[in-house]
Amino acid sequence: MTALRNNLSALWWVPRGIIFGLLAFFIFGPLFNMLLWTVTEKWYFPHTFPLEYGFSSWEKVFAPRGGALESLGNSLVVALLTVAVALALAIPAGYALARLKLPLRGVILLAFLIPQAFPNLTVYVNIARIFYEIGLNGTIPGVVLVHVSHGLVYAVWIATAAFSAIDPELEQAARNIGAGPLRTFRDVTLPLAAPGLMASAIFVFLESLDEFTGSFFVGAPDVNMLPLLLYTTASGGNYQIASITALLLLVPSLVFMLVVERFLKADVLSRVGQ
Amino acid sequence: MSRRLLGLFLVLPALAVIALLFILPLIMSAVGAFQVDGSFGWGNFTKTFDLYTKDIIFTVVIVSLSTALIGLASIAIGGYLTLGNNPVAVSILRFLYRWPMFIPFIVVGQLMRTFLSKNGMMNNTAVSLGLMTPLDTVSFLDWRGIVFAFVWKQTPFVALLVAGAMASLNRDTIEAARNLGASKLRVLFEIIVPQVAVTLTVGLILSFVTMMSVLSVPLMINAQTPTMLTADIAFRVNAYGDYGVANALGLISLVLASSVAWIYLRISLKERT
Repeated sequence: MTALRNNLSALWWVPRGIIFGLLAFFIFGPLFNMLLWTVTEKWYFPHTFPLEYGFSSWEKVFAPRGGALESLGNSLVVALLTVAVALALAIPAGYALARLKLPLRGVILLAFLIPQAFPNLTVYVNIARIFYEIGLNGTIPGVVLVHVSHGLVYAVWIATAAFSAIDPELEQAARNIGAGPLRTFRDVTLPLAAPGLMASAIFVFLESLDEFTGSFFVGAPDVNMLPLLLYTTASGGNYQIASITALLLLVPSLVFMLVVERFLKADVLSRVGQ
Repeated sequence: MSRRLLGLFLVLPALAVIALLFILPLIMSAVGAFQVDGSFGWGNFTKTFDLYTKDIIFTVVIVSLSTALIGLASIAIGGYLTLGNNPVAVSILRFLYRWPMFIPFIVVGQLMRTFLSKNGMMNNTAVSLGLMTPLDTVSFLDWRGIVFAFVWKQTPFVALLVAGAMASLNRDTIEAARNLGASKLRVLFEIIVPQVAVTLTVGLILSFVTMMSVLSVPLMINAQTPTMLTADIAFRVNAYGDYGVANALGLISLVLASSVAWIYLRISLKERT
């Protein structure tokens, strides 16, 4: 009887295997296809795999005049600065939204969603016009400011969720034994919220790395970023160089994906946007 | 200082960034939508509807279809992670589903350009499995490609939110319903989904508005007509320097996106009363 039941439960692996197999194909297929393109020398229809492999495209990308190194450096500097500015703004805001009684709280939360809710292209065109007048167009600080406005929704929403997931009694206890409000915040609230804040930093970093439209209007052609390099090479039909640039953008994304659940716990997640 | 004032004081810097770097240019573009040669009028909108009515419908259909598919896929993934009783299968799914989450949209565009094309890996695999001949292959780089790219990229994000909310539910009601003989599907749709409905809606709304404003995916996958409004805006600005029509198209997208945001506001207000 138990042997029969074991056989039956083993049979369940047939439909599971088919579904997981299809899922794996559709998730990893596009990634594998891109990896093949990064080492392709020659590949045309109707061949399933490249006809010749090699690294000549890598040499082209990393040649001093390839532009990839400059774009990579710019993208990293902008992303790190964006995280610093966004968190400096989001920590006080998130704390206030989680703990203090605010009028129109829902509207304030929604306000941070606005930059995600509008096709930002026309907005960036107008920002570029303003920045041009005050000399910020084509500078790193200009691009950072645009990325901050775009990433604040993640920073503020996740910071708010992280702060509201902390038991208020822990803060009360610290206050009762004589800690001032700032000391309580620094020594109790902030360390407890740190994993959630780390997660929001990760989201902001990736948003900045991903950002294409704003960098194009505010940064280009003086500040070159990786997504811009990817777009120009891809529309030029150079799949090899486009795929290598795509790989450079992918690596941090995948690394963060593997560690994000360490920071973003279920109790924080269930409070996002509330 | 009262707690209310302190709260506003702490939120103010972040709100100021949004006001100066987003709302102000947004107003500038909304005003620009009604400006024709220096005077106010509806000219840009008549031109927009003449040229782009098809693209407006195309955009709404694509984004709505993608949102619906993302919702179904996330419920399926979250449900299996919560109710699946084979721990090995659950951890395989947990490992599989999130890979695309943080991949930038522009990279997703490039991935799909190679994967879904006529001689991309999807067609090549079907050919080598004997499912079709090389002559039957078609390129999926049209509306199907955009939907595929959106669902591929956004499902992990919504599924992560939904699975997290499901995991923090009280297990007792689920166990009770299972003990009374309710099937897993029934437990999922009658007990679990209603309790995570707010999280699911928030995730889907974020996805909807994100997809409405992505420029790179339609540019990389399907830049011919009909295409999405973002690609039209870029084209209007780059090819004609026509900021009036571009701003009008932007305003139409705003109306579409804010009607969805309105749903969120109503849900969150209802929760508090």
